[in-house]
Amino acid sequence: MRPLRSLLAGAIAPALLAMTFLASPAMAQDEGPLPHEYWSFESLFGTFDQAALQRGFQVYLNVCSNCHSMQYLHYRDLTGIGLTEDQIKGVAASITVPSGLDDQGNPKDGPATPASQFKSPFANEAAARAANNGAAPPDLSLIVNAREGGPNYVYGILTGFAQAPAGFKVGEGLFYNKMFPGHQIHMPQPLQDGTVTYTDGTNSDLDQEAHDVVTFLSWAANPEMVERKQIGVRVILFLVFMTGITYAVKRKLWSDVHH
Amino acid sequence: MAGLNKSDFANPVINWIDTRLPIFTMMQKEYGVFPTPKNFNYLWNFGALAVVNLLIMIVTGIFLAMNYQPNTELAFGSVQHIMRDVNYGWLIRYVHQNGASMFFIVTYIHIFRGLYYGSYKAPRELLWMLGVVILLLMMATAFMGYVLPWGQMSYWGATVITNLFSAFPVVGPHIVTLLWGGFSVDNPTLNRFFALHYLLPFVLVGVIFLHVAALHITGSNNPLGIDVKSPQDTLPFHPYYTVKDSVGVCAFLAVFAAFVFFFPNLLGDPNNFIPANPLQTPADIVPEWYFLPYYAILRSVPDKLLGVCMMFGSLLMLFVLPWLDTSRVRSARFRPVFRILIWVWVAAVVCLGICGAHKPEGIWVILSRLCTVYYYLHFLVILPILGKLERPLPLPESISQPVLAGRGGGPLPGGAAAKPMEKA
Repeated sequence: MRPLRSLLAGAIAPALLAMTFLASPAMAQDEGPLPHEYWSFESLFGTFDQAALQRGFQVYLNVCSNCHSMQYLHYRDLTGIGLTEDQIKGVAASITVPSGLDDQGNPKDGPATPASQFKSPFANEAAARAANNGAAPPDLSLIVNAREGGPNYVYGILTGFAQAPAGFKVGEGLFYNKMFPGHQIHMPQPLQDGTVTYTDGTNSDLDQEAHDVVTFLSWAANPEMVERKQIGVRVILFLVFMTGITYAVKRKLWSDVHH
Repeated sequence: MAGLNKSDFANPVINWIDTRLPIFTMMQKEYGVFPTPKNFNYLWNFGALAVVNLLIMIVTGIFLAMNYQPNTELAFGSVQHIMRDVNYGWLIRYVHQNGASMFFIVTYIHIFRGLYYGSYKAPRELLWMLGVVILLLMMATAFMGYVLPWGQMSYWGATVITNLFSAFPVVGPHIVTLLWGGFSVDNPTLNRFFALHYLLPFVLVGVIFLHVAALHITGSNNPLGIDVKSPQDTLPFHPYYTVKDSVGVCAFLAVFAAFVFFFPNLLGDPNNFIPANPLQTPADIVPEWYFLPYYAILRSVPDKLLGVCMMFGSLLMLFVLPWLDTSRVRSARFRPVFRILIWVWVAAVVCLGICGAHKPEGIWVILSRLCTVYYYLHFLVILPILGKLERPLPLPESISQPVLAGRGGGPLPGGAAAKPMEKA
């Protein structure tokens, strides 16, 4: 058994080694250091803080949604941040979205329903580009998954606006950001202390707002996460149990074999 | 040869079928009483694991195909639709996505087992070569599957890899046009990749059938690498190895589940969460982890054509491995020098994989060149010469003999019983 075990370990160790290397690719050279914030959802069994999700949605609705779409989300999905169906109907009804054609065949607008996609601020990418100094604001549905560093990176961008250091020339229509690769970003600082007034009375300093909206965006990118982890625990416990049982059966069956 | 099969099955229905179409007799012969060496270790699980993995991929893949749209305008969104709106779509997709990585982990270990214990040597050369065909088909399937979500890395990976074929003189550009179905990676490319990605797994099933059929003619190799001498050396496949494989399958599924449920995107690239954009090249174009060693070989050569040839050559060389290795002793256990050098080779491959993940600058270029040279050296120089020079340890008389005599004393029996070299 001993040589076998060391052999197996020898075969698996390089594979795992290769993976750890892959899991931590080097950041591009001119980015700022990645912050390491605490996120309730990052640990193995971590879940989303529902209050933070709802505050984060408020930040998105009041601030981000003026420029950024979230086209893969529907208002019905908001049950995932703890809104009731009536609340969702209320949120949707207050938003005007394109709703098909009228009797003359002209496009018409109407109130959103829970089945509607999140409203996009611009009709198309060219319009978004034209309205934003040539850089279309990226869709935020998957932004946390789509950036190296995930939630910490997005948090770093939101809190990374600063005065450019002496000697650093910031281009026309650009803003200095410590986190952004190259330090020049098209987005003006979106969040400041007190940008939103939380309906739940939470103090809205920049750090709080950034935390909340990043929590919301992390949920938006992985809405299945909580259910996934819950099922995962049960599946893995079952499989470990089954491994033990089959191993016991194997031991019993093989006990009469001389080796 | 026509004539009814004389069936021994007591159940009248089974007997009736088996008389006319002896599939039950065949199953009994190939998986029931099939004589299997009794000394397998757990590395012999990995072939069965690969089959289980392939079945998982086919089943999840069929359900994904029901909801996926192979159209450049819709593909990315349809994957998000699967992840968000289809019932348990996220589970099906994450199983399929991580299943590809698991398939390569399992297959690479299976191949390593073959290399370490000399399973490619006579009379199993054809069995081994069919295995190499399986590996190549797997790689083509995985590559095309990675293109389907139509993210940035899908698109740019497809562009880089298909462009490799343009290096071949005369036919190169035509091959690329055929792969693309046009003059750049675009909708026709996505369509044909989807069609082929759905087809190739079934071709894989066919080749795997031949791989297993050949295995059942030669019989399995074993950790000692010596031939089965008597019925004492073997056990019926069922229940001994069905239960041992079951242990492996359960443990394997547990590891698989850990990835799916807790680290579903660990092996992925953040860039593939951005829809494909032909006007914006990502800072780094990196293939999936299982292609990194070959990618490093490709980039270690300054000349494009030579690089492409070296990359494909590193795999095609495996076809002639049974004739490159001149040693007639199969198991590394009895080859003191090979036993070390095979690990050096593994280290070189892992190092190539790490090099492939980094930009080809500075130390990574030097390392990848050294490892590429060693990779080739191992097959083309070391294996042919080592077989002539190396003095193998004495081989045991039979599989059951060292088992009875060598309890706790290592694999070597007494000198009188040992032969200096087993005829392979």
